[in-house]
Amino acid sequence: MNTLDRGERVRHDADSPEAGRLPRLLPPRIAGGPAGLTEHIARYGPLPAPGAGALWRERLIAEVGGSGLTGRGGAGFPTAAKLRAVAAGRDAPIVIANGTEGEPASAKDKVLLAREPHLVLDGAVLAAHMVGAAQVIVVVHEAVRELVAAAATERRHARADSVKVKVMTGANRFVGGEASALVNWVAHGIPLPIATPPRISESGLDGRPTLVQNVETLAHVALIARHGARWFRSLGTPTEPGSMLVTLIGALNRPGVYEIGIGTPVRDVLELAAGPAAPLGALLLGGYFGTWADPAAAGPLPLSAEGLSAVGASPGAGLVAALPRDCCGLAETALVTRYLAGESAGQCGPCVFGLDSIAGALEALAAGRSFQPARLRRWLGQAEGRGACHHPDGVVRMVRSALKVFGAEIDRHARGWCCGRRPAGTLLVPPRAAA
Amino acid sequence: MTGSSARLRVNPIACDARGLCAEVFPEMITLDDWGFPIVLDQDVPTGLRSAAEEAIRLCPRLALRLDRRPVRSISAEISGRREPAGPSEG
Amino acid sequence: MGGSQYLWFLSRGSGLVLLVLFSAVVVLGAATRTGSAPGRWPRFAVAELHRTLSLFAVALLVLHVVTAILDPFVTIGWAATLLPFASPYRTLAVSLGTLAVDLGGAVLVTSLVRQRLGQRAWRAVHWLAYLAWPAAFLHSLTAGNDLGLWWVALVEVGSAAAVAAAVLARLFNSDRGGLPGPGPRRPPAGDLPAATARPRARAS
Repeated sequence: MNTLDRGERVRHDADSPEAGRLPRLLPPRIAGGPAGLTEHIARYGPLPAPGAGALWRERLIAEVGGSGLTGRGGAGFPTAAKLRAVAAGRDAPIVIANGTEGEPASAKDKVLLAREPHLVLDGAVLAAHMVGAAQVIVVVHEAVRELVAAAATERRHARADSVKVKVMTGANRFVGGEASALVNWVAHGIPLPIATPPRISESGLDGRPTLVQNVETLAHVALIARHGARWFRSLGTPTEPGSMLVTLIGALNRPGVYEIGIGTPVRDVLELAAGPAAPLGALLLGGYFGTWADPAAAGPLPLSAEGLSAVGASPGAGLVAALPRDCCGLAETALVTRYLAGESAGQCGPCVFGLDSIAGALEALAAGRSFQPARLRRWLGQAEGRGACHHPDGVVRMVRSALKVFGAEIDRHARGWCCGRRPAGTLLVPPRAAA
Repeated sequence: MTGSSARLRVNPIACDARGLCAEVFPEMITLDDWGFPIVLDQDVPTGLRSAAEEAIRLCPRLALRLDRRPVRSISAEISGRREPAGPSEG
Repeated sequence: MGGSQYLWFLSRGSGLVLLVLFSAVVVLGAATRTGSAPGRWPRFAVAELHRTLSLFAVALLVLHVVTAILDPFVTIGWAATLLPFASPYRTLAVSLGTLAVDLGGAVLVTSLVRQRLGQRAWRAVHWLAYLAWPAAFLHSLTAGNDLGLWWVALVEVGSAAAVAAAVLARLFNSDRGGLPGPGPRRPPAGDLPAATARPRARAS
């Protein structure tokens, strides 16, 4: 029985029937707005107090390791491995919570921070204890900065944490959430990636070992610390355990942010949003760096890295965009590509010029002007893997999938036809958050 | 020079499409459609080392270098290339 | 007395050739950034010629300085090779030459160790070349007596004109391959069909 509505504390033993149930991160609440500290503690229980010394730290890291938690920001790196790498550093480490959500179509981090900021802050503080950091910097999208800052102030007044928590706004740039760009932003106000060596876990902010974690990942850490690895694994798949937040947008009846167990079939995920509002032509899986897929092919697949690999896709940052059949996929791809080209850091020629040319080629194809797809493919090959970061690679991957899925559309355009009846640009509109 | 493996690498941030490298080392450097060098990701044969060194010397931006690493970590660098990290990494 | 005239002729002659050489070096240096159209020399040739001529100029400079100082007709002194205002003979004129040697020397030395020095430091010093040339040019006007000869005047005017033209071309035609900063730039025209307004494809 779900006692959450009455605000009572729920027991989440790994063996209890509630263990494998959703929601975990986004419980339904009667009142709107963020959960205050008292309500948060009443619902989830107090933050596990840090024990003395390395034994407690190592046990908690082992618990996170046993849970199989991976980064929820898109890269999917094993969280425990990151924690260990930073904890092993020589200087005093520092924790940066990444809530910048540079992907314009994704809303999950904003929604999580707006509704359960204390869950994220719990996780950040726990991460700080695990790596031995004395300070946490929470970088968030400007839309939720005030809320998160208020939550941090609330904790300070209640003397809830023994580490310093600072909240700041992120740069409003797509690439600003990439780990080295985030460190660069916090340190110098420049949201641009830097050459990888040395690794951020060894030498990041101020040359100190830096832990950069997505805010959703930290929220999961906060729950794992309370309920354990086995509880966490009661959802999801054996190789990709746990739950994740997804942003569902496009031609759906109730677009918004939802929480799913990893491995839920894609069509069931779409049902959470009350299903398609119109016959679907394509799905964009993962985010702007994701992959276009045919809805019939992707529908039965589990929403997991393993499941989606069958169509060459991966969950990425948890975005699923449903493109209706009467919306021109080429035009949408051209718009997204043009946006991504503009978000280039501008440091490397193949990215600056390559993405610009590729966007121009897609715009030409979308507008029905003659353009040789072979030339576009050539440019895709030339832009890939030749920048200092992976920005051009993400674009190339997304465009290649578009060429595959919208191949018939390209032929139609070449002959002067287009099936699009709606104006393009619906994918760029951010969704309403789930009530 | 010993028989160690060496790869020619471009620093994409320093490179400014001056094009001298492709002029003097066309065996392994070609220019893309925007004038930036595409370097063959292969070991530089010993016979071509001097041409590679000339390209490195001539680059006005010092953007070329010879990477003398054991073969294992070079292939790891190629195959270990992760998926593009999303915009909210972590 | 007759023998010393040769030293003087050598010094003045080598000075004039040096002016031509130094001007050519500056023109070639500016040309590396001024785009290469088809039919022009390949860029590596411009770069290598720039380097080779500058090294040749150093050799000729040694001749020019040594013959001038050894010449018994005027008193310049060895200190004037590197120190300005050290020559009793035409102090200001010779000092300009010394300045050109000092600045040019810095440019040369940093270029020889460029790979070890790094791009930024090398580039910062290399800009001094645009100070060294005017110093050398003014030295050529004031340190000799030969402007009355029509062909000497021609060489002076020609060198100045060539350098001025190259510098202006560099200022206004800087190579389009460069990246000016964040944000994309349009690729060279002709790559993509022109964005003319054409009717949107009809719905099927």
